[in-house]
Amino acid sequence: MDIHEYQAKELFMKAGLPVPPGEVATTPDQAEKLAQELGGRVVVKAQVHTGGRGKAGGVKLASSPEEARKHAEAILGMSINGLTVQKVLITPAEDITSEAYVGVLIDRKKQSATFMVSPEGGVDIEAVAETNPDAILRVPVDPRYGLLPHQAYRMATFLYEDPKLVKQATRVMHQLYAAFSENSCSLAEINPLIVTPEGDLKAIDAKVSIDDNALPALPEVAAYRDTDAEPPSETKAREAALSFVKLDGNVGCCVNGAGLAMATMDLVKYYGGDPANFLDIGGSSNPDKVVAALEIITADPSVKVILFNIFGGITRCDDVANGIVEATKRIDIQTPIYIRLTGTNETEALAILKDAGFSAYTSMDEVVETAVQFAAQA
Amino acid sequence: MSIFIDTSTRLAVQGITGRDGSFHTQQMVEYGTNVVAGVTPGKGGQTFEAGDRSIPIFNTMDEAVEATRANASVVYVPPAFASGAIMEAADSGVDFVVAITEGIPVLDMTRAYAFVRDRGVRLLGPNCPGLISPGKGKVGIIPAQITAEGPVGVVSRSGTLTYEAVHQLTEAGIGQTTCVGIGGDPIIGTNFIDCLEAFAGDPDTRAVVMIGEIGGTDEQEAAAWVKANMEIPVVGFIAGQTAPPGRTMGHAGAIISGSSGTAEEKIRVFEENGIAVARRPVDIRDLIKEALGL
Repeated sequence: MDIHEYQAKELFMKAGLPVPPGEVATTPDQAEKLAQELGGRVVVKAQVHTGGRGKAGGVKLASSPEEARKHAEAILGMSINGLTVQKVLITPAEDITSEAYVGVLIDRKKQSATFMVSPEGGVDIEAVAETNPDAILRVPVDPRYGLLPHQAYRMATFLYEDPKLVKQATRVMHQLYAAFSENSCSLAEINPLIVTPEGDLKAIDAKVSIDDNALPALPEVAAYRDTDAEPPSETKAREAALSFVKLDGNVGCCVNGAGLAMATMDLVKYYGGDPANFLDIGGSSNPDKVVAALEIITADPSVKVILFNIFGGITRCDDVANGIVEATKRIDIQTPIYIRLTGTNETEALAILKDAGFSAYTSMDEVVETAVQFAAQA
Repeated sequence: MSIFIDTSTRLAVQGITGRDGSFHTQQMVEYGTNVVAGVTPGKGGQTFEAGDRSIPIFNTMDEAVEATRANASVVYVPPAFASGAIMEAADSGVDFVVAITEGIPVLDMTRAYAFVRDRGVRLLGPNCPGLISPGKGKVGIIPAQITAEGPVGVVSRSGTLTYEAVHQLTEAGIGQTTCVGIGGDPIIGTNFIDCLEAFAGDPDTRAVVMIGEIGGTDEQEAAAWVKANMEIPVVGFIAGQTAPPGRTMGHAGAIISGSSGTAEEKIRVFEENGIAVARRPVDIRDLIKEALGL
């Protein structure tokens, strides 16, 4: 789960990191008032779950509360990468002597949390990794011992020479690791970590993703979820324990298992169609899940055809068939449904579907090709 | 032959009394897997009835191993307790642990896997369907009826997509030595290369199917390993060509980060290393037929 910058800064502040003050505004009035309280010279920053906010005009410097108001007016409601800005963070404008990058993420290859630090901050770290890989120091953290003092010191000296800054940066590394591990992050990033003209370090931007699997154990962090920042269909899917990602096509997909769901989307594309979504109904699926899945898919007006691809293992085909029949009783579905079922309890499933007036396929290619053809003509 | 499990496997089931654990224990016993013990804290001394077998239940893995000489375990424990169960197994003397549980926090896994590795124990998963050596036994949840004995090794990050591919092989009369699901999480124990290495050392395996997906670089490294080490043909498939970047596609590990881990990149690396890539799941079967000269 991605959280907003202002939420990430709250977590950082709790861990003791040097984060400048700031507050969130949802109206231009609030923005002006907050700017006044912070001394007038502020930055107005769009709070959306996407990168490239600056380039899109979502981050603006204001030299007076009136200007902060104007910027907030322009930014609130703005669309950045398809996401509408609902909140802005108002934070004091800082003078910058230098910018560094400090991040912790899960390194799949090293199978541990790994620090990445670079004196080239304030830019996309992936770009630095490509153009100037020597400017990045990577330090894997042994999960048995946590971040060790010499590792934190090594990273600090990689970034700074001034002993005063080295001392501060060493502390920043430990604080960031604490924030990362206590909140089960998959990413915790300060970009940039700045040096002020007074010679102090400040974390002026923060990006944090939380491991979804850890959320049940972290209710306070889970409460950061901003359902306004995602399509309503994804909120509904999560509540129904379905794995769902909205896409732009017109072939609604309902599949069991993540790998098969991806392969089904790919096959839709192979036959010249476009998937409307990724949807995994999961392993031991009950009919209610199938009903919820159909509600979500049919709520999307661009869906022209619904495609089921079920390979019964733990999932029983008859459960899915019952769910389809149940859903057509509960909701008025005008969209044609193409079904492929094979595996556990396939015979029972086919009988249930036949009684309800549905026909079903047993081959994945056949059903996908037919559904795509229908969508193209609809 | 087969890899990782065979008729000498003596299995303990952790979480044997739970919904998934009990159902799949029945299935494993029915298939002929030698399930020697169950472990559920607080239920030690009871038994689990499966077919004509009465399987003793223990409170701890230590007791289970001591009493039954179990040499492998499978974990069906809920996510909050699963990393603890994995470490308990690794500390008990078994040399192979299969973790089926989905939803284990990644940081828990970093600690658990370091612990397992230190003890020289092989971990498969988590968030995986386990493995089956047709005719010899199965550990996990792969439906046995779609498999058959034969010359093909299958290794995959997916569950149902693997079933799809295996089912098509079996329908075409092509059986398998072992089918292994390595799991869809970012941090897993046994990886592609471990499985490929085991298949390369198995005289009965004459071709391998490797099914990958978006996210990470495991497939790319495995492809290079294939080119350098494998003498038998390898057929590949990558799921997620239509997945948008930055979104998790069901499996916690199936995410394109920045520009890395795309299906396009993986397919290119497969082909560069001499792995024939199937465009559709059904093509896996045809490429294997070709590879085996059928």
